[in-house]
Amino acid sequence: MRLQNTFGRSLVAVRNWPVFTDVVIGACGLAIFLGMIRMGTYWLASPMPAATISHSVRALPLYAFYSIVRIGIAYLFSLVFAVAYGYIAAYNPRVEAWMIAVLDILQSIPVLSFLPGVMLAMMALVPGHQLGIELGSILLIFTGQVWNMAFSFYSSLKSIPREMIEAARIYRYSAWQRFWQLEMPFAAIGLIWNSIVSVAGGWFFLIACEMFPLGNRFFRLPGLGSYLQTAASADPVDMHALLWGLAVLVLIIVATDQLLWRPLIAWSDKFKFEQVESATRVTSPLLAIFHRSSTLLRLPARLWVSLDERVCKELSAQQSHRAMRPLDDDRVSNGRMLQVGLGIFGALLAIWGGTAALHLLHGVTRGDLRLLLLGAAATFLRVNAALALAAAWTVPVGVMIGFNPRLARILQPVTQVVASVPATALFPVLLVGLTRLGGGLGVGSIALMLLGTQWYILFNVIAGAMAIPSDLKEAAALYRFTRWQRWRTLILPGIFPYLITGLVTASGGAWNASIVAEYFHIGDQTLQTLGLGAQISAATDSGRFAILLLATVLMALMVVTVNRLVWRRLYRLAETRYKLEG
Amino acid sequence: MPDTTSMMPQANSVPGPIIRAEKIEKYYAQPSQNRIQVIAPTDLSIVPGEIVALLGPSGSGKSTMLRMLSGLSRPSAGQVYWHERSIAGAAANVSIVFQSFALFPWLTVLENVEAPLRARGLPAATRRERSLKMLDTVGLDGFEAAYPKELSGGMRQRVGFARALVVEPEVLFMDEPFSALDVLTAENLRSELLELWTKKTMPTQAVFLVTHNIEEAVLLADRIIVLGRNPGHIRTDFKVQLAQPRDRKSEPFTQLVDYIYKVLTRPDVAPAEAPEQSGRPAVRDQRQMRYQMLPHARPGGVAGLLELLVDKGGREDIYRLADDLTFEIDDLLPIVDAAQLLGFLKVEEGDAAITERGAEFANSEILRQKELFREAAEASVLLLRQIRRTLVSKSDHTVPEDFFLDMLDEQFSEDECQRQMETAVTWGRYAELFDFDAGRRRFVLPDAVEEEAGTRDEAGQ
Repeated sequence: MRLQNTFGRSLVAVRNWPVFTDVVIGACGLAIFLGMIRMGTYWLASPMPAATISHSVRALPLYAFYSIVRIGIAYLFSLVFAVAYGYIAAYNPRVEAWMIAVLDILQSIPVLSFLPGVMLAMMALVPGHQLGIELGSILLIFTGQVWNMAFSFYSSLKSIPREMIEAARIYRYSAWQRFWQLEMPFAAIGLIWNSIVSVAGGWFFLIACEMFPLGNRFFRLPGLGSYLQTAASADPVDMHALLWGLAVLVLIIVATDQLLWRPLIAWSDKFKFEQVESATRVTSPLLAIFHRSSTLLRLPARLWVSLDERVCKELSAQQSHRAMRPLDDDRVSNGRMLQVGLGIFGALLAIWGGTAALHLLHGVTRGDLRLLLLGAAATFLRVNAALALAAAWTVPVGVMIGFNPRLARILQPVTQVVASVPATALFPVLLVGLTRLGGGLGVGSIALMLLGTQWYILFNVIAGAMAIPSDLKEAAALYRFTRWQRWRTLILPGIFPYLITGLVTASGGAWNASIVAEYFHIGDQTLQTLGLGAQISAATDSGRFAILLLATVLMALMVVTVNRLVWRRLYRLAETRYKLEG
Repeated sequence: MPDTTSMMPQANSVPGPIIRAEKIEKYYAQPSQNRIQVIAPTDLSIVPGEIVALLGPSGSGKSTMLRMLSGLSRPSAGQVYWHERSIAGAAANVSIVFQSFALFPWLTVLENVEAPLRARGLPAATRRERSLKMLDTVGLDGFEAAYPKELSGGMRQRVGFARALVVEPEVLFMDEPFSALDVLTAENLRSELLELWTKKTMPTQAVFLVTHNIEEAVLLADRIIVLGRNPGHIRTDFKVQLAQPRDRKSEPFTQLVDYIYKVLTRPDVAPAEAPEQSGRPAVRDQRQMRYQMLPHARPGGVAGLLELLVDKGGREDIYRLADDLTFEIDDLLPIVDAAQLLGFLKVEEGDAAITERGAEFANSEILRQKELFREAAEASVLLLRQIRRTLVSKSDHTVPEDFFLDMLDEQFSEDECQRQMETAVTWGRYAELFDFDAGRRRFVLPDAVEEEAGTRDEAGQ
């Protein structure tokens, strides 16, 4: 090793970057420091459930900051949880099936139903500080983000090629080295793409759960979501503030895309598990800058290397590490205790939950039940109407964009930004318009669901249309297929798997959106229509936990049933019959 | 401080085998009391100073054997000893070179080679020094910073070799290391490997090579073990006493190759004399097989082989046939097996001889060929006959695939069941015995046959 490398500071003398960068980096550091102080004092202050929200534009940066911190912390929790959950599920065959079933059910339960329970629990857990309420909202965002990430990490682990695992074993990789050199790199791409989806989902819930009534109390956390909602429900509507709020939101989303996701995607290219280098790559100017100013990354990199070295050395010294365990043993010896523990825990939880639920359900009348079932039917129809409407416009438009590479190149980034604006943020604007037009919320809620879910379908259709091989298109042209024939024999079968994926995602989103879409405070009045989502929201408002529980279970049941009966079958069909082999 | 002395060769201090397997076998338990035997109880040892080649048809458990011997996989019964201690607890110093290379695409060449040393806790400077030296040895000087995907297949396998050798293994295992490479590259790498071995540049005591290429085995090995299948067992185990470097054209070389071909093509006959043979016929074919194992060949392949045979005058050495077709013997054997099963040819003394019906088949046009194929298949393949009968006798003329899978899985492993079913579907479709609806996973009678099914049904009973 050369001397110059041993002292990080000696490098500073060789200036190869402009002063400007220094200033920017310094400012960033200062901002982070101040931000931490700000956040700390806010968290440790005594709780103020209903913060007053200023409509001034100058207050916006601070609100945006609070919201971003919430999302960021929730995302970090999600990441850690997803990795841990996926890891345990993938390597403990005894609990694997259970853990995956739990994941499947959890992701079909409407997150917003948990709002009151989680809030009350968190406030009890951290009494006397604002942190309690904050943790509540962070936990809600977390539950909206985490499941697909856990799924992604789990399925990545399961798809590592056998010979790679054998190589890691024969060369005595420790669990640590295997994690960083095999498992994490292999899962990285899936994790990054799912993080993008998750964070977009996080904004959706953030805006819904920063401000809400609960029984006779009213919660309002300082943040972008509260800002937008108070602006919309002011009387008269504060259009000026609403538009400013939206503008800031879009700015944040575009910035995240450019400053975080694109560099990450470009960087993760090296983790592609391929034997030949592919031609198309995502580029990121920011990543290029990072690569050029290597000093920026040097300190953390050096810290990491020294930690890694130490851990590797420590682990290699253990005798248990030097003898190789046969691969078959993983299946047997692991997880016995874990399974028993989980089994007992699960049983206790089920017993406790069952008795508590039964106790709670005493107060439910037959009338309530009838109303709930009616609402479920209404919401079911609404969700499907929204899906049908969405498919009706996105399929032709998506195919048109997908078949035209030039158009796709121009439109894709634009639609991506439009799509990532959370639907909950647009609801107030749309509602204001709808009420002025005189439309009721019964129809209006369909429009709201549409707003939240159509993009999933659009993107998937575009991807599907682009994936149709051009020789098939040429064949269709050569044999003079009629337009109808072309759609029936080429386009629809070609996009089918993608369309199904889009519809599944959209259907889940629509059910969740119904909670926000069917019930709305505007000004002093409450707009509401018959529906399961409205009943969940209303029960939250009035603190009727029995109804809330029943409605939630009902909704989860419907989502799971529809998934099992319809979507899973269509999925299988798509995978067997309509798969275009590459 | 990691103990580096354990990685040093210990040839002189330790006599006897490095690895010794005692009655190792592998089976998979089935829900029913049956179990699927992959490898019958087998004894085998690896001694210092030898290159051992393990040959065998696909499905004979070559790779499973390698994994059990290297300690990667635990035998279902029996023991593997590493210097006479159980390998499971011993710090066995072995490496594997994989068929797919199994390099980490996100690590550079150097990082890939360094990774095993890092696992052993060596300091960075030592790691780097040893890795660079090894890369130099395998001829990859200057490629340290490249990523595997930037390299050609041959170069990538060189990285695989460097990674395997850098830990100075006592036994180097190789699982078909050259079969993913083109012929020239493979030849080149083989001779370089041999050079490293004979000049003792390679810090390795013994090499265990799994291959399906007979010439490769004869070219490299000091000892050859041939496995048979159903279940895997050692058919013959003999020493090769040709001096290195070996000449492919020499008489002893071709004789040896011919001998191995004969052993491989006549699975039912105990191998005759072998030079220095010490084989233990531990064959255990105790279970009564209901279903014959369908060789995974396509009807088109069978037709092609028969037509070629007719051109050659009806009889030809199988080894020559493979050569003419530039087929690996592993790819040709299933086709020969299939033709034999259907009664289209006979195997005698390593020669394939066409039968009368085979000749008729080869000389017919396509529709007649299908007819002949159908007759032969229905007569000699139990599974096809059963599927057909069941379809004809059921009123809706359709049966789910699972129905037959359930019967097969008493006898074959899960993967093999799937392959058997695939082959049955290919054959049945070609012979127009039945059709298969892949979406619903059901067998159906073809439309044309469905109407006449009623009458046939009566005739068939």
